[in-house]
Amino acid sequence: MIVFLLYLVIFGFAYVAYRFWERSRHHIHDFASLKTVTFGDESAVSPNRFASVVSIIALFAIWGAFTGSVITPIHVPGPFVGDTSFTYTARNAAGETDEAVAHIRVYRVGEEVPLPEVSDTPNTFAVDDAVKIGAWRTSLSRLNENDIGGQEDGYSLIAIDGQPIAPGETVRFSDGEVTMTNKGSLSIKPDKGWQMEPIWLPAPEAVLGRLGEIASEGYKNFSLWEHLGYSLGRVVAGFVIGSIIGIPLGYAMGLSNWFRGWFDPIVEFMRPVPPLALIPLIIIWFGIGEEGKVILLFLAALWIMTIAARAGVSGVRISKVHAAYSLGASKWQILRHVIVPNSLPEIFTGARVAMGVCWGTVVAAELVAADRGAGMMIVNASKFQLTDIVILGIILIGIIGYGIDILMRMAEKWLVPWKGRG
Amino acid sequence: MGDLVIDNLSMRFDLPNGGSVQALKNVSLKLAKGELLAVLGPSGCGKTTLLNIVAGFLAPTDGQVTLNGKKVTGPGPERGMVFQQGALFEWMNVRRNISFGPDMAGRPASETRPIVDNLLRTVGLQDFGEKMIYELSGGMQQRVALARCLANDPDVILMDEPLGALDALTREKMQGLVLKLWKETGKTIILITHSVEEALLLGERLLVMAPRPGRIHKEYRLPFAEMGVGRDLRLVKKEPEFGQRREEILGMIWDMEEEIMGRQEESA
Repeated sequence: MIVFLLYLVIFGFAYVAYRFWERSRHHIHDFASLKTVTFGDESAVSPNRFASVVSIIALFAIWGAFTGSVITPIHVPGPFVGDTSFTYTARNAAGETDEAVAHIRVYRVGEEVPLPEVSDTPNTFAVDDAVKIGAWRTSLSRLNENDIGGQEDGYSLIAIDGQPIAPGETVRFSDGEVTMTNKGSLSIKPDKGWQMEPIWLPAPEAVLGRLGEIASEGYKNFSLWEHLGYSLGRVVAGFVIGSIIGIPLGYAMGLSNWFRGWFDPIVEFMRPVPPLALIPLIIIWFGIGEEGKVILLFLAALWIMTIAARAGVSGVRISKVHAAYSLGASKWQILRHVIVPNSLPEIFTGARVAMGVCWGTVVAAELVAADRGAGMMIVNASKFQLTDIVILGIILIGIIGYGIDILMRMAEKWLVPWKGRG
Repeated sequence: MGDLVIDNLSMRFDLPNGGSVQALKNVSLKLAKGELLAVLGPSGCGKTTLLNIVAGFLAPTDGQVTLNGKKVTGPGPERGMVFQQGALFEWMNVRRNISFGPDMAGRPASETRPIVDNLLRTVGLQDFGEKMIYELSGGMQQRVALARCLANDPDVILMDEPLGALDALTREKMQGLVLKLWKETGKTIILITHSVEEALLLGERLLVMAPRPGRIHKEYRLPFAEMGVGRDLRLVKKEPEFGQRREEILGMIWDMEEEIMGRQEESA
């Protein structure tokens, strides 16, 4: 909630700041700048690159600020670390009261620290205590255990730093809170601050460090490149087989009544079935090896490519086909020189969708069962609370998915420059 | 010989709702080689159906079309088509579009190259051979369509409103080009149009068709096409006879439209 509000504040502040800066700047008089109506004119809306850059910086700044990262100079308050203490007041069975000090040392989990040193001579009967607590952790302590007569019935702690306390109540001390349990022990909770514990959200540099580590040493017997390479390889194999079968099938459905009638029910039924729903059946039939995964991705790509090719054939202007016949082309020549090139834009659109779906499906399939792959890497890391690997995996999966889409778009621009200009 | 004979064509097809449409009824016509026929009529008069039958894309329910004594049963390279627009292949450049017919017939590049060069000059696109179709304006695209049709050296050229999508100025220039090509190549041409003026300017013979059922309403022989060859077409339009004919035909088509409207109101 705080993060979301902070994000809104940054958004609003950046916008206002940009407007002020823009107003003072020399204006470029291009055509769009002369438009008086821009609200509702989609062609006048282009992504503001300044906003994009600030958006990315803001994401990392928030991430860094809430994880105590080195990449941001400003952090939200972290957990209390160091030495602190509070005084407790105890009353013994005879009704006398005495005070002692609880010395608390809060340390970063993973570091070796000694207990704070205390004197073990009582003022009257209460003896000072030493407690060490990991940051973000809570310690349940019986401070009366070492007091003289502390084990007797009727001995109880009645105040912390002069504030009275009773079972079930919570009082603050200088660097945290103390809650008394129903049995009279104290649950000491040093301040956690606003930062996230690394096991929930590691700092950006920790994720980057993991990248270096698993890139050189690998994870679970396979190098990072093998994990990603296997995922990509499965996608490419499934997509290629799906295209090899799907595109001719789509053409046949676009050119023949019989094929259209025969395959329409199958295609129309299979199209809305999410490929993820096929995973259990694929595992039953083909096991969890490569074969099953490629078949799953093949099925994910097949229907998309079939429908794209079919739509490509339906999209041919009849006047083009008529013109080709009138110029003396045979059926085969019309397929080769008119229908296929005319359907390429549709097929490329389908291929982009299919690659996206396949990439999503392969990760999901690896989450379920695999011995290597990007999805297997993150699900396995999550079982060991290796959150940095999980986040790293998600980022890599995102980058690769985005990269696939960009490559497909570049190929499309290069191979079908006439798209949208018929 | 060399004639296109349209013999008593009728075309009637059933509708899914049980009714039927008489698109053409008893249309007969004879075109000698080198004649330019313009076909005019209100929408629904069957002029495009007639053209599609001659092209071989549709089979008539009655009657037949013969070209040079041979019955038309399907599309063929001896009957070239020029469409309104969008019939060019945008994945090929101008040159490959024009040579499409000869290429499909398997003629070698050495043979087609001079033909294409020649046609590019004829239609005024000598510098545009390597351009892609989508880089050309609408008028230029129609020039390519004409050249592509001529590259196949057809006996008859069928034009389905080839200038319909062009702006008025470009259209006038293209009308001059059509006349020039007609005279230079001596091809038989059937041209379908919506524009009375275009029909008068280009049609050596003019066919006015009437709807429901589609039939020949009136036929003219006109002097304006001959007059217009190599001349400013605006001068032709100023001829008193031109204005007279235009009014006459406009009135005729106007009456047909009125009649259709009336009939629709009656049935409604």
